[in-house]
Amino acid sequence: MNRIDAKFNELRERNESAFIPFITAGDPSLDATRKLIVEFYRKGSDMIELGVPYSDPIADGPVIQSSYYRALSGGVKLSDILELVRDVRKKTEIPIVSMISQSILFKNGCDNFVKSAVKAGFDGATIPDLPVEEAEEIMEAGKKEGFKIICFIAPTTTSHRMELIVKKSQGFLYYISVVGITGVRSELSAGITENIQNIKKLTNLPVALGFGISTPEQARMAGKVADGVIVGSAIMREIEKYSSQGDDVLVDKVGKFVGKLVNSTKNRN
Amino acid sequence: MLTTIVKDTRLKEKTCKQFLPDKSGHFGKYGGKFVPETLMPALEQLEKEYLKAKEDPKFNEELKYYLEQYVGRPSPLYYAKRLTEKLSGAKIYLKREDLNHTGAHKINNTMGQVLLAIRMGKERIIAETGAGQHGVATATAAAMFGMSCDVYMGEEDIRRQSLNVFKMKLLGTNVIPVKTGSRTLKDATNEALRDWMSSVMNTHYIIGSVVGPHPYPMMVRDFQIVIGQEVKEQMQKAEGQLPDYIIACVGGGSNAIGVFYPFIEDEDVKLIGVEAGGLGFDVGQHAASLSRGEKGILHGSLSYVLQDDDGQTSQVHSISAGLDYPGVGPEHSYLKDTGRAEYVSVTDDEAVDAFNLCTRLEGIIPALEASHAIAYTVKFAPTIDKDKIIVINISGSGDKDSFEVAKKMGIEL
Ligand SMILES: Cc1ncc(COP(=O)(O)O)c(C=O)c1O
Repeated sequence: MNRIDAKFNELRERNESAFIPFITAGDPSLDATRKLIVEFYRKGSDMIELGVPYSDPIADGPVIQSSYYRALSGGVKLSDILELVRDVRKKTEIPIVSMISQSILFKNGCDNFVKSAVKAGFDGATIPDLPVEEAEEIMEAGKKEGFKIICFIAPTTTSHRMELIVKKSQGFLYYISVVGITGVRSELSAGITENIQNIKKLTNLPVALGFGISTPEQARMAGKVADGVIVGSAIMREIEKYSSQGDDVLVDKVGKFVGKLVNSTKNRN
Repeated sequence: MLTTIVKDTRLKEKTCKQFLPDKSGHFGKYGGKFVPETLMPALEQLEKEYLKAKEDPKFNEELKYYLEQYVGRPSPLYYAKRLTEKLSGAKIYLKREDLNHTGAHKINNTMGQVLLAIRMGKERIIAETGAGQHGVATATAAAMFGMSCDVYMGEEDIRRQSLNVFKMKLLGTNVIPVKTGSRTLKDATNEALRDWMSSVMNTHYIIGSVVGPHPYPMMVRDFQIVIGQEVKEQMQKAEGQLPDYIIACVGGGSNAIGVFYPFIEDEDVKLIGVEAGGLGFDVGQHAASLSRGEKGILHGSLSYVLQDDDGQTSQVHSISAGLDYPGVGPEHSYLKDTGRAEYVSVTDDEAVDAFNLCTRLEGIIPALEASHAIAYTVKFAPTIDKDKIIVINISGSGDKDSFEVAKKMGIEL
């Protein structure tokens, strides 16, 4: 069974939500990313969303944009990121989902990308700039290799589109908690609970919530309503804060931050 | 006399058999919608409303009214006698889009889109701009209809085009400097899209060229084809025939598609798009996406793009801010692959020389963008017969470029 399905089955039995940290590959370095992923796993994260840096990410706010920029300035290539995951796989079986722009995916070719991603140890992908209408080819390529293409639902998604998306998405659904881009926000939007319930009426797929979740308190609230909680910008902001202090300090500090989010998501405190 | 948008599209459908773009917004394999889910419902709404408006005589009449009474259409098709004599080749006509209100073709599109935004009940307008011509055209339409307007502009372009920045501010538009990436048009487009991600409920995004996700490349084209429709009628009057060549500069490709489109089925009319060759063909030195790029995705559509082998967008350069863009409209990619249009490029220096030549010989100061089309004509016209006719689309006026050209000539203003 695909690691994503296995993980959600396991969590369902424990009646727990998944905590899914997002991290940009290669910021501040590929080595640091590798250590951070392993540390996130040790702190109880259930899955990793690994961002493939892209020069023009339209769905991302300033925090993730600048992390992408730093990674690209460091010369990170897709092949390096595959290598990184291959390395991480020596240490953990945690499900790893890539977040990758369709621009990069297209350039590499769907089949080619899926094959090399699966071989490296990726379990699936979210493609923030690829609506279901254009996703046919990558979905087919994914199905052949058991590689999950996770689709997004936004607060603006109409009911007609929602039906289309839940039919296509694999592994889980990514519910975007705000109308807008990724970033740190002080409050969770109203209406999330209701929207997630509406999705649940249409599908048995787990629903993870992301975009704008940044504090343990928000993670706790999100954990109550969703099957998974994704935190990105808040973690990347911590990484930025400690990136110049050496990998040991970085891994320790950011690891602790993630540990808190894990516990909040699972309502352990 | 203006022909309505409605009529021309039907013509295309009938004679071309294949109506482009198709329902999902593809021109052959190009185009499409590559945007976050958050924006998809807005694009669906926009397409629906646009298709309705396009069939609505009231909308077409209103647009026609503003194009004639406010923009000043039709713009003249002027026989450039001295330029023709100087090059001693084909007969050269200039389509004077520089004479439109606000000094460029961009306003044809912004008038259409603002009217559409009003129909959709959106209160706020956003736009990206490179040279500032689209920004000024948007700010103008917003001022005239009393709408709130924010324009994203790269810091580098704000420097190069300070006159247009000041104009936008006078018009009551908020100009937001973009400090990311290369600080030019590409980055301004990213920021405008990000703004739209959060504001899509009450905001309409007016894209300034035939780029972006469907329905933009189709809609912006339709608003610009008035250029070519007029050329057809004016040429008939002046020469009793069609032109042999139409030459236009290509940034995103809106002025070019606007003048090309009504001639697409007239296979004897050769269509030539001129891209920014900048300082040469090393990566980062030019912006010739069609001549030098590869298939890729940028800003919501599949087209020719300048990017590296990982799919990261390359740096680009052009002396002309309006051409300084690593992508191009998907329909041009289609026209290139089918061979219906040809795409070439000229360098910064050639464009500046043409700028000076046109100014001296014709008393017309062309935009640096349009100077690219003139520069190619300077090379091309002498090689063809005197009985041939070339139309150059003068997409805009060079007023905005005075500072940049002076700098290039070592003169301080
Ligand atoms: C005068 C002028 N011409 C041409 C362009 C390039 O745009 P397009 O290729 O869409 O016509 C611009 C863009 O700013 C412009 O201002």
